[in-house]
Amino acid sequence: MSERKDWPLWEVFLRSKQGLDHKHCGSLHAPDGQLALQLARDVYTRRQEGVSIWVVRADQIIASDPAEKAAFFDPMQDKIYRHPTFYELPDEVNHL
Amino acid sequence: MSVSDPPPAQASAVCATHVPTLLRYADGSLVLSQRLAACCGHGPALEEDIALANIALDLLGQARLLFAHAGALEDQGRDEDALAFWRVESEFHNPVLCELPNGDFAQTCLRAFFYVAWQAELWAGLTHSVDRTLAAVAQKSAKETRYHCEHLAAWVVRLGDGTPESQRRQQRALDYLYPYANELFCDDDTDRAAAAAQLGPLPSTLEAAWRARIARVIGEATLALPAPVPFYSTGRQGRHSECFSYVLAEMQALARAHPGATW
Repeated sequence: MSERKDWPLWEVFLRSKQGLDHKHCGSLHAPDGQLALQLARDVYTRRQEGVSIWVVRADQIIASDPAEKAAFFDPMQDKIYRHPTFYELPDEVNHL
Repeated sequence: MSVSDPPPAQASAVCATHVPTLLRYADGSLVLSQRLAACCGHGPALEEDIALANIALDLLGQARLLFAHAGALEDQGRDEDALAFWRVESEFHNPVLCELPNGDFAQTCLRAFFYVAWQAELWAGLTHSVDRTLAAVAQKSAKETRYHCEHLAAWVVRLGDGTPESQRRQQRALDYLYPYANELFCDDDTDRAAAAAQLGPLPSTLEAAWRARIARVIGEATLALPAPVPFYSTGRQGRHSECFSYVLAEMQALARAHPGATW
């Protein structure tokens, strides 16, 4: 009997409409990429949620460390000058 | 244009073979759907459990459309529920392939693959049917079937070209199921009448494409195609295997215990 191994974990990204971004919608287990894509279709698009799917092996994602959150993100808290809120905008500019 | 109004000259010929032909297609979808639905909650993984249930639901949807159409043409007051739940064994016309036990996952996948691969050829042939409702059902179903084929073939290839144990099981399933495919291509009088009326393709004309597709997938799965045997099951004529009555009993018990019940 061959060694039993769990299927690897895959993260699933869906694009709900043409022109929108792919958004993370969940994860699943699958033995390989092709089946991960098929199973993502079966698990996450049963109600027409998507027009495009990406699957990525979870262990291929380099993620930031939650324990380092303070060092990583807090320094930006007091730098409001990085937000473009100090400019007078002409009326014609509606969407910046 | 309604298919219930064929040209008068053909009317009697079309009617005699029309409903039986629709029931053959519908029963295959229904019985395979019932078999696959029994896997719900028993899949090898949660994800695959959902995948098989999705396929079962697609097949049930095909059966419902075909039953509703057959019931309307027949005009005897039988709706889709009456056709599914109130006929007895000999009145079902699915090929025996659809009613065989699920067996292990290798057998479950290969049996379903055999049938949906046949459906792929059938739907293509039915797009030219003079029955425009049937052609529309075929066109809708063809998209579903294309995915079913892809998903099930993916498993057959992985199990065949997998571990020694998975290969042994997939080969065993192939040896067991292959003779039951013969029935799918065996023309009888109903088929010939349906083909003559341009309702649907003659089963024997679907054989070459089916065998080519199966040979391709079996080759990719590194399995050995069994030698052909002159065995012909007869489910399409209403003579079924011994396991079929159990399938029907389970499927029909609720409807028969509570006639006319609604959710």
